[in-house]
Amino acid sequence: MKHNNFGYLLGEGVRAMFKHGFMSFAAICITVACLVIINSFALISYNLDLTVGEVQKELRIVVCIDENYTEAESKSVGSDINLLPNVANAEFVSRQQALEDFIGDSDASLFEGLEADAMRDQFVVTLVDNAQVAETKEALENINGVSDVYADIEVGNALATIRTVLYIASLAIAAVLLIVSLIIISNTIRLAMLDRREEIAIMKMVGATNSFIRFPFFVEGFFLGLFGAVFSFFIEWGLYEVLRKAVLNTGLKVITIIPFTDMLVPMALVCCVAGFVIGIFGSVMSIRRFLKV
Amino acid sequence: MIDLVNVTKTYETGTHALNGIDMHIDDGEFVFLVGASGSGKSTIIKLLTAELKPTSGSILVNGYKLESIKRSSVPYMRRTLGVIFQDFRLIENKTVYENVAFAMRVIGASAKEIKKRVPYVLELVGLENKGRRLPNELSGGEQQRVAIARALINNPTMIIADEPTGNLDPARSFEIMLLLEQINALGTTVMVVTHEKGLVDRFTKRVVAIDEGRVISDGMDGYYNYEA
Repeated sequence: MKHNNFGYLLGEGVRAMFKHGFMSFAAICITVACLVIINSFALISYNLDLTVGEVQKELRIVVCIDENYTEAESKSVGSDINLLPNVANAEFVSRQQALEDFIGDSDASLFEGLEADAMRDQFVVTLVDNAQVAETKEALENINGVSDVYADIEVGNALATIRTVLYIASLAIAAVLLIVSLIIISNTIRLAMLDRREEIAIMKMVGATNSFIRFPFFVEGFFLGLFGAVFSFFIEWGLYEVLRKAVLNTGLKVITIIPFTDMLVPMALVCCVAGFVIGIFGSVMSIRRFLKV
Repeated sequence: MIDLVNVTKTYETGTHALNGIDMHIDDGEFVFLVGASGSGKSTIIKLLTAELKPTSGSILVNGYKLESIKRSSVPYMRRTLGVIFQDFRLIENKTVYENVAFAMRVIGASAKEIKKRVPYVLELVGLENKGRRLPNELSGGEQQRVAIARALINNPTMIIADEPTGNLDPARSFEIMLLLEQINALGTTVMVVTHEKGLVDRFTKRVVAIDEGRVISDGMDGYYNYEA
């Protein structure tokens, strides 16, 4: 394509979009619908992942120290615990503190006569990766001075599995929806192209190169994708904020739902890239078979 | 220049369209290609415009070997030809001027070149006052003149006209043939595919007759001496 043609072909692409107004409108609507579905699913997955992550942070391992160790000796075990690669933090809890925690808000008279010596010094350990709770528990048990290790392995494993499943499912569903969108857009643009079949055949006959023929369709797809991306972005924003307010009004603290404004840039990028991919590939896929003249 | 040597074409359906065609057309010639429906005329045009590839044999068109031409070279080969069809094949939503200018845009001509050349060619075909009309506002003969202008606009070395008068009355057909003869007189090779005996016989030109995919006569006497 020569530079003389650039402005002309750009204009042809934009003109074609308005000329086939209804089909362009249909293509934009379908792009918006597909992107809103994809983005909604991605946002729900992301917030669920955050919620599961928050719950996982609550997972603790309690490491009890040999009852014969003095407080100073017990604290020294902490350096060995911190050497383990999967240990994020090890907080020392003295016998006295352990007793206070044990009694908690209960009626103190029930525990009258109970001395701190009945308890053991302990460390409350948080992990880097909760999926490795079993391995870390075993490593902690092998440290000198450690008498018992208490960890809820099943809860840790379950939460790790939930996150993995969410991650794979969101990727798979996004990929499927993207492919479906591409096929729908491709067919929509193909319908708009059918009445230009003769025009393309004439272009080929007078010596147009494939790139010359393709460019206006490429421009058309680009703008259809762009409009689809912009509209879907703002619609998604509105829907998300409505849903967020509804969830916050339920008062369920366990559910984490971050404001849309915290994700403005990534969401705008996702909308634009997906819109362009759908628009441009959709139109290029449609025109391919018309070029075989 | 066109050179077909022992060209055969068999379609995927098994139909033998051409069975060893030999034909040579020199630069500057005016040739009628005649024959009945199904004789192979359309297949020859499709081969000459690289819409099809031959099953065997060799085809040389304006220096391009079409039996082995790369797909990327086909547009450049087509720019050396001007093709005219029976149904005109104009773009309905473009004006006469735009239909003709369009063929120049395809080859990357500048706006200045287009502005200079299009009025000249429209004048050549007698449509200097109809540039702003849409094709459906013109008569059949005028539409064919637009198609001829479009074919001429890039100065092709050869015009291939496929039944150019098939949709026209005898008077308009004769005018179109006269126009093609004038174009030929300016040095452009012209090949006209037709089955209109009366029209062929009014011009003393070379006539190549095709039947069942073979050349059955090739004479300079200007007569349609072939009977289907």
